[in-house]
Amino acid sequence: MDFNDTAEEAAFRDEVRGFLAANAARKDLGRPTSRARSIVAAELARAKAWQAKKAAADLAALTWPTRWGGRGASPIFSVIYQQEEEAYAVPRGVFEIGLGMCIPTMMAYATPEQLERHVPPALRGEEIWCQLFSEPSGGSDVAGLRTRCERAGDDWIINGQKIWTSGAQFADFGIIVTRSDPTVPKHEGLTFFFLDMRSPGIEVRPIRQASGASHFNEVFFTDVRVPDSQRLGAVGAGWKVSVTTLMNERLAVGDTPRPDVDDLLELCRHLELDGAPALGNAAVRERIAEWHTRSQGLKLTRFRTMTALSRGQTPGPESSIAKVVNASKLQDIASYGMDLLGAAGMLSDPALAPLHALFQEALLFSPGLRIAGGTDEILRNIIAERVLGLPPDIRVDKDKPFNAVRHG
Amino acid sequence: MNFDFSDALKQLRDEARRYLAEHAGAKSARRIIEGGAAYDEALWSGIAAMGWLGANIPEEYGGAGLGPEGLCILAEEVGRALAPIPFSLSAGMATDALLIAGTAQQKAAILPRLAEGTAIGTLAWAEGPGNPRPGAISARFANGRLSGSKVPVPAGHFADFAIVAARADSGFVLVLADLADVRCTRLETLDPSMGQARLDFDNVPAEALEGDGWLTLRMLLDRAAILAAFEQIGGADACLQAAVAYAKERHAFGRPIGSFQAIKHKLADIYIANELARSNAYYGAWALATEAAELPLAAASARVSATEAFHLASKENIQTHGGMGFTWDADCHLFYRRAKHLALTHGSAPHWKDRLVGLLESRNAA
Ligand SMILES: Cc1cc2nc3c(=O)[nH]c(=O)nc-3n(C[C@H](O)[C@H](O)[C@H](O)COP(=O)(O)OP(=O)(O)OC[C@H]3O[C@@H](n4cnc5c(N)ncnc54)[C@H](O)[C@@H]3O)c2cc1C
Repeated sequence: MDFNDTAEEAAFRDEVRGFLAANAARKDLGRPTSRARSIVAAELARAKAWQAKKAAADLAALTWPTRWGGRGASPIFSVIYQQEEEAYAVPRGVFEIGLGMCIPTMMAYATPEQLERHVPPALRGEEIWCQLFSEPSGGSDVAGLRTRCERAGDDWIINGQKIWTSGAQFADFGIIVTRSDPTVPKHEGLTFFFLDMRSPGIEVRPIRQASGASHFNEVFFTDVRVPDSQRLGAVGAGWKVSVTTLMNERLAVGDTPRPDVDDLLELCRHLELDGAPALGNAAVRERIAEWHTRSQGLKLTRFRTMTALSRGQTPGPESSIAKVVNASKLQDIASYGMDLLGAAGMLSDPALAPLHALFQEALLFSPGLRIAGGTDEILRNIIAERVLGLPPDIRVDKDKPFNAVRHG
Repeated sequence: MNFDFSDALKQLRDEARRYLAEHAGAKSARRIIEGGAAYDEALWSGIAAMGWLGANIPEEYGGAGLGPEGLCILAEEVGRALAPIPFSLSAGMATDALLIAGTAQQKAAILPRLAEGTAIGTLAWAEGPGNPRPGAISARFANGRLSGSKVPVPAGHFADFAIVAARADSGFVLVLADLADVRCTRLETLDPSMGQARLDFDNVPAEALEGDGWLTLRMLLDRAAILAAFEQIGGADACLQAAVAYAKERHAFGRPIGSFQAIKHKLADIYIANELARSNAYYGAWALATEAAELPLAAASARVSATEAFHLASKENIQTHGGMGFTWDADCHLFYRRAKHLALTHGSAPHWKDRLVGLLESRNAA
């Protein structure tokens, strides 16, 4: 066993380090970047500029074919890039859905001309994409969606509503799955499109999240016309296309959300409990030790995944556990850190709360992490069914026509 | 990045898994528990003949020279098969004690016998309740003689020699004592397949090992924690497999119980805990193999993670089996007993958690 790069990996890591050192500033670890704010225009411009730089250095989509600005590289190289980037204060989160899910879906189903038109600007950060899947009637059960599409000559007319759409407020394009036939069972009556978010009839309304920020939106569709040429996959085959999108969810790597164990240790260093140093307290020590073994266990599990990738194998199912473990750990650490502060734990003013209110912010945004991209419960179903091979849930709606099943 | 065992070691793992499924397994543990023998002697000679007892003993002393990674691989299979033999104790801890602190003469005399299985070694530090701590040791060593009582001592009733923690005028020492003439009493314990004894040393001859006794004992405990972690992940994986198999086959309310989410999510949680424990244990194996400075922290993390995983897997395996899981005849309780047994050897979880945070503090201060 060793933790060394191969010669090729080491050369690439050097290249990335050089690029980052020349183009970005290191994170100030004592001053965590806030996640609570909404993304404002200035930040968006910064994110686009950073993406353009990455694209110019051929670092923006390493696993894509060279034809589309990638390097045709193994996923291990993306992991290495992310490992290095993690130490830098660069804008993140704006392009992940587009480049990680939407464009790969396009590559599987769109025409060469459409790809020529859409891939390069997406890669350079000039155009942003969003994913219009979840609806009020279905997030986990996304195939229970009700937004209708109806054929009108060479076009389709879309009516309905999407919800929780991250980035719709600044997205230029979106991928959308809609219902073309409600008289057949739910998975059989879906049709998939990509569309211009500025099409007439689309209205985006920001939703204020529990944390107070607004990263996601409701999107209303009133007689929105989409040309049939923008259909991805066959009529009625939208579920198959959706699965392609969902399979492309980025390999979760690199970031351990903060606050984590080191932040808790940092907090404790300056803290007393009942007149004695907090770190002398046996209960505090037990909790810290337990979280350390989880964080460390996840980090090392990623190394096992990297080993598989590095050998050209598909990563084992171990990559499926990261989000389940991270989201709850984050919520628990945030809550515990505040407990240690007593009544002062409620202060969320970054000027007053330790570590610039890192714990208070995380308490408020961590619940979303347990829901977004598959809830804790859905992910446990997936582990149980796909990894352990347990029998599927009983599905009462599976073979019934969609319009004969109760929704909402 | 190469955070996995080599193909040769994986082959060894497959071989050990097959061999132990045939020659050990719950039936062997059950024979010891029900029949009163001290350990499975036939299995012991069998794995000695395979060369596994000398996995970590250099070839010059008659060992296989596979290194600590080989030992880790084998420990996982021993744990999976509930093998009723003092494998990690004799091939791990006692062997390590001699390799680390034995005199040239002690090594030459004992290591070859450990490798061929004709001698079994144990380590005796505990003197009643409590975790490892120099102040808790009152056995005395003076003028080449050892006096004092040790309880519990793993395999104390059938081991040939013991490494004993004692006080001397010079401070804390580890001494090597032959057990042939030492009074020993077999004790009734939770997991009789891992038998324990009380040893009463009454002015018996003993030889000091080299080096600082407490530092050596700490090293031995760290190394033993990693091996125990491998036994634990082996046992935890066996529990998960058993629970999954039963959940697919047992029906209630007209459907397999594995289609109920309460069961599914329970098993998914065991899977998660096992994967984290496995990764932490692998890191321990890496630290052992490279004598890394991170070894103590890696050991503590492996220990805490694996203890938690085996505890969860063994208790929820019983739960998944329902009433059947609570019977003597089902194997679930054998794993439940072994899980708690392994959680208590070498210091229990609160001890290792405290140690882990101490190590984090000194790392962060550096
Ligand atoms: C921050 C954030 C960003 C998001 N961004 C996007 C986006 O960009 N695009 C997009 O399309 N969606 C997005 N979503 C939506 C997200 O995918 C859904 O919220 C999520 O899948 C859950 O769906 P739901 O909200 O309808 O909850 P429901 O599906 O109604 O779930 C409610 C509860 O029931 C449980 N439950 C449901 N079904 C099962 C089952 N079969 N077994 C066990 N328990 C079950 C759930 O686990 C949950 O606890 C985002 C969500 C969040 C929080």
